[in-house]
Amino acid sequence: MGGYKVNMSTLDRFEIHEHDVLVIGAGGAGLRAAIEASANGVSVGLVCKSLLGKAHTVMAEGGIAAAVGNVDKQDNWQTHFKDTMKGGKFLNNYRMAQLHAQEAPERVLELERWGALFDRTSEGTILQRPFGGHSYKRLCHVGDRTGLEMIRTLQDKGVHMGINVYMECTITRLLKEDGKISGAFGYWRETGRFVIFKAKAIILATGGVGKAYKVTSNSWEYTADGQLLAYDAGAELIDTEFIQFHPTGMIWPPGVIGILVTEAVRGEGGILRNKDGYRFMEKYDPERMELSTRDVVARSIYIENKEGRGSPHGGAFLDISHKGAEYIKKKLPSMYHQFKELADVDITTGPMEVGPTCHYSMGGVKVDADSTATSIPGLYAAGEVAGGMHGANRLGGNSLSDLLVFGRRAGLYAAEYAKKNKATLNINEDEIANAEKSIVVFFEQDGGENPYTVHRDLQELMQNKVGIFRVEDDLKFAINELKSLKERAAKVKIEGSRMYNPGWHMAYDLQSMVIYSEAIAKCALQRKESRGAHSRLDYPNTDPEHGKWNSLVKKANDGSLIVEKSPLPEMPGELKQLLEDKKVAAKI
Amino acid sequence: MSTTLTEKPRKKESFGATQRKDLWWFEPLVYAVGFGLFIIYATWAAFQGKHYEYGPYLSPFYSPLITVSWWKFSPAFLILWIPAGFRMTCYYYRKAYYRSYFMDPPACGVSEGCSNKKYSGETAFPFIFQNLHRYFLLGATVLLFFLWSDVIKAFNFDGRFGVGVGSLVLLANTFLLSMYSLTCHSFRHLIGGYKDGFKCGYQYNFYKKISCGNERHMFWAWVSLFMVGFADLYVRLCSMGIWADIRLI
Amino acid sequence: MNKEESQSQISSGDKKVRIATFKVYRGDREKGNEVEYKVPVEEGMVVLDAIHYIQKNISPDLAVRWNCKAAKCGSCSAEVNGKPRLMCKTRLDDFDINEEIKVYPMKSFPIIKDLACDVSWNYEVNKKITPFTPKENTTWKMNQRDIDRVQEFRKCIECFACQNVCHVIREHDLKPKFAGPRFFVRVAGLEMHPLDDVDRLEALKDDMGIGFCNITKCCTEVCPEDIHITDNAIIPLKERVVDRYYDPVRMFFRKIFKKK
Repeated sequence: MGGYKVNMSTLDRFEIHEHDVLVIGAGGAGLRAAIEASANGVSVGLVCKSLLGKAHTVMAEGGIAAAVGNVDKQDNWQTHFKDTMKGGKFLNNYRMAQLHAQEAPERVLELERWGALFDRTSEGTILQRPFGGHSYKRLCHVGDRTGLEMIRTLQDKGVHMGINVYMECTITRLLKEDGKISGAFGYWRETGRFVIFKAKAIILATGGVGKAYKVTSNSWEYTADGQLLAYDAGAELIDTEFIQFHPTGMIWPPGVIGILVTEAVRGEGGILRNKDGYRFMEKYDPERMELSTRDVVARSIYIENKEGRGSPHGGAFLDISHKGAEYIKKKLPSMYHQFKELADVDITTGPMEVGPTCHYSMGGVKVDADSTATSIPGLYAAGEVAGGMHGANRLGGNSLSDLLVFGRRAGLYAAEYAKKNKATLNINEDEIANAEKSIVVFFEQDGGENPYTVHRDLQELMQNKVGIFRVEDDLKFAINELKSLKERAAKVKIEGSRMYNPGWHMAYDLQSMVIYSEAIAKCALQRKESRGAHSRLDYPNTDPEHGKWNSLVKKANDGSLIVEKSPLPEMPGELKQLLEDKKVAAKI
Repeated sequence: MSTTLTEKPRKKESFGATQRKDLWWFEPLVYAVGFGLFIIYATWAAFQGKHYEYGPYLSPFYSPLITVSWWKFSPAFLILWIPAGFRMTCYYYRKAYYRSYFMDPPACGVSEGCSNKKYSGETAFPFIFQNLHRYFLLGATVLLFFLWSDVIKAFNFDGRFGVGVGSLVLLANTFLLSMYSLTCHSFRHLIGGYKDGFKCGYQYNFYKKISCGNERHMFWAWVSLFMVGFADLYVRLCSMGIWADIRLI
Repeated sequence: MNKEESQSQISSGDKKVRIATFKVYRGDREKGNEVEYKVPVEEGMVVLDAIHYIQKNISPDLAVRWNCKAAKCGSCSAEVNGKPRLMCKTRLDDFDINEEIKVYPMKSFPIIKDLACDVSWNYEVNKKITPFTPKENTTWKMNQRDIDRVQEFRKCIECFACQNVCHVIREHDLKPKFAGPRFFVRVAGLEMHPLDDVDRLEALKDDMGIGFCNITKCCTEVCPEDIHITDNAIIPLKERVVDRYYDPVRMFFRKIFKKK
């Protein structure tokens, strides 16, 4: 598939590939999109920065939230929708939340039909476990490695569908013609050579921005490049201020700081205690306790520490040992090994020490709920790179289902778009020359810094000034500081050749991270309230007036980044009614 | 990956070349010596053709005792090929002797020093016959019945129940040999490994237990090997008058 | 403090910082050499942390693959002191800090640069395996006890340490004829799937060369996910192949009853 004859003139020094649909990112969303597009009969290219199957989705541990109702029969999509909206503090795009809740069960069953093996109930159906913010036992899981099962299933499905996979390739620019998507420009990480992809439609599935923070569960790939590709091409971003801090990351020893401790530990009955042995969640959320939403638990741990009741290394104790060694090894095997091997802690006999770690970006590229289309014709976005679905805070388990539901939709609609679009694809040579120059420039500037130094400073800044708790002075300071970081990032100097040069790769990734960090800080400054994952010490309360709009980020004509408020779409009556349930209203 | 790197012929490394800093040669050496000693002893004991009985005890090397007039050699050879074949084709011993004797490989990540040598693994003669392991298991199981009957006889001193140290030695030996057979990979396959799903709970539980024991197949292989040699030695020494059996009851 | 210890420590302010010496392979397919780096040791440090330290502070162009840094993605495979391991879960505590630590790329695959090598062959092998094909008219109900076995195989994170250490690939380079432990694990996961309807025994014997495996268990020794590759995947598959192709009694009965 995909091998069209390309007319090479002055562009013949470039390697060119042509596809109907190009998917950027090969995590859950990207793979699901590629499979769907391919199933709809178009030629598909799949580009990823790492090797296939290494995407960050493998780190997802707890499960896929889907109201299949195997364990709690009364569960249904309406409740899942309500939980999602409530968890997102009603800032979610209602239509996305609705589609997500409605379609997730089918997507999970589909995975099973493709060979995934979820843990079973005694009746032989998919087993579900409880998770923070979910009213019922809802998370379909495989021990604590659900993400790996999902990605392996999709990968094995995908490789037999004739999808062309381009591994270890970074896309640095989207190409447009007459305002419509016409392709993408990038480089092979291995050789440093440039490559052009011609495509009628492009799906972004590049994940989040966690690498902008110092303590993070995210891998090096999480540098907001998808968001910035869209932003630079003229698309809008929304809700960038909402960065989720997962309450339980490892905090000791130093080498492992930030590594995720799955919420499944709490789902399976783990208890959080402070240094005095007090189960402090009794104080912050007596009803849901440890299974409160992530924003609440993360803040609670933070406050316990601030008031001097934290664990020795600045976190809290999470104890699951009362469940017995055999149960723990069966249901949380990788957690057991992770602590045993990396921290010398046996979680079957003692507590783990945990603290908040940057985990997920609720905001991202603004998309149409049904089609995942951005404002640029031919550009689609699905998964963490897209915003809106999770509002101000994401529930655990909703991410994997988000990837499947909207990954599929992106693939479907992008394929349809590509089929309708018969135009020949011309590549603008000036644009290519520009794109090329903007990434080789790092080899040429003398006196610049090491990109890793700039990255470290960015991480420190974001962690300390735009972290879990925010105040106006800090945010203003950060915005100012980001200006100089942007200049420093633009001037970094790269040693060595273009052959597999991580320093060079970092230099490019840094540009995206700095700009997206600016979007985070500016939106955080604009939202003068506390809501979900966004906590302002100077505005500690949730303000209903602020619940009527999403933050909107745009690139102005002069290239500067501007933030606005965009009114929330009006919810139809029947969905409103669902939310007006008394029990729900009481907990907001 | 954009480019396909052409494979260059590998540099030939000398035998034992490795960056490992641990004593990688120690384990294969111990196995080589252990097997070697056993094989030397067993061969000698089998060739001896006498001193295999003492009172109610019969050496496991000679059980069942087949004495036919046309066979001019030691009766041990009529049956020893069965346990020998069973152990030679055993999945555990294969690992051990491929490493210790064939150096294929001597240890993980250690060069064999012969990268141009033709290697056919278990796809061609002679090692393709490893695939008949299950038939040796069958043979060994038949022998086990004789060995258990020898154990019963070993507690029968001229028609009266009695216990000597030799009775216990033979009991321990036959128990260990049984454990070795029960934890065999082929046995595990025959009782359930061939299935993709278990409708019968009993079969599943049995398979599960055998799988559990199979994890320690190496342990049973070594202790039963040591014990069978010792049991023969015990009977032999008693029979030769070098060692006196002690009656306990 | 004896002399050796003092060599591996330097003063930084009031604190004594221990220093580890790394010898890292730098180079490509054509040429390369070992480069020595001094790295300060922190508590709980793993080899990947040391490589990152080198990247950030000494040599930003040191090529290495990594992603999750939590032993879940299988990207950072390398040979540390000659043993294939994931760098992210190899702690410096495992070594004598006074001795140099060698970090080399996987030996069985062509080097791209430094610690990154070309593992694309593995992806080619994977493509040839017949994918999961469900039985018709299934209710999709499965017992946990029936999938326990397969779930063990699906823990595989594709770090390819087993492929790297397997002497059939590493020493005898039988790559085109031999699929390697990783893919026997994958096939075992498919063959033992209670609802899979495809038979891969012929492919196992003829195309994937399971007979080349002489069960010397190095794959099991290096597996970071503790999958019992040899005992639970390869040997059961070999036994199934024996059922079909080497067991004379079964073959005889199949002939008589014309069963496949």
